[in-house]
Amino acid sequence: MFDLAGKTALVTGATGGIGGDIAKLLASAGAKVALSGTRAERLQAVAAEIGKNAVVVPGNLSDPESVAGLIKEAEEALGGQLDILVNNAGITRDQLAMRLKDEDWQAVLDVNLTAAFKLARNSLRGMMKRRHGRIINITSIVGVTGNPGQTNYSAAKAGMIGWSKSLAQEVASRGITVNCVAPGFITTAMTDELDDGQKEKLLANIPAGRMGESKEIAAAVLYLASDEAAYVTGQTLHVNGGMAMI
Amino acid sequence: MSDVADRVKKIVVEHLGVEEDKVTENASFIDDLGADSLDTVELVMAFEEEFGCEIPDDAAEKILTVKDAIDFIEKANG
Repeated sequence: MFDLAGKTALVTGATGGIGGDIAKLLASAGAKVALSGTRAERLQAVAAEIGKNAVVVPGNLSDPESVAGLIKEAEEALGGQLDILVNNAGITRDQLAMRLKDEDWQAVLDVNLTAAFKLARNSLRGMMKRRHGRIINITSIVGVTGNPGQTNYSAAKAGMIGWSKSLAQEVASRGITVNCVAPGFITTAMTDELDDGQKEKLLANIPAGRMGESKEIAAAVLYLASDEAAYVTGQTLHVNGGMAMI
Repeated sequence: MSDVADRVKKIVVEHLGVEEDKVTENASFIDDLGADSLDTVELVMAFEEEFGCEIPDDAAEKILTVKDAIDFIEKANG
């Protein structure tokens, strides 16, 4: 089950904890994976860990030119058209709404919402022709529940769920599925910075009684990328230990 | 019949899975040949590849019949 042999994938934000684990798991299922991210050294390290099934395509999704060229570069590096796109890259610029600067609103929307959509759009041509494709967007629990200090981030993540549903309806008849995975609180470099008091408060709201692991997000992505998930489209799969049941 | 017309009709037959004799020059992709809006986008993509030309969006919107496609391509490649 969940065999991706012969398939190609692009994972954005592959230098992060979640993105790196997604790339590793897709590769271990047999896919050839292109890793994109801003930190070239870190990308090389992840690629080296994966071995021959990984290629590196550095890119900065804050830069529209980088976004415009990324799918083509990935397909060249992979030596074939893209089967699986994982829009994982994201940034945060947290601030209370009253203090949120225009540029911090815009930067988060540009990367998390707009760049992800453009990558999806640019990958459709090949997928339509081959009547097969998987677009998997990493959104967030806060796109559904909201979170103080994250008006920009939650707007972008909610928007991602919205366009995923529209696109899913447009391309379902061509064998292309578009889905979201919404992580809850996951152990990453970002959440490591929380102090014990903050963590305790968080855990009180998580029925599972623990934070999630990035490999648990990767497992959800692998499922949605597989042939077995062909009948699942326009959905958001919440991976959050029960902290929100939607 | 011109070479372009033959090739256009072949693409339409293959892509839409319709009988060859239904693909007359005046046939509308959507009204007569059962295409949906995504089919028309795909047909334009297929024409671009077959004939090595680029069909801009505003021109693509005006390609509604088999004849429209043939005329555009003959003009573009002429």
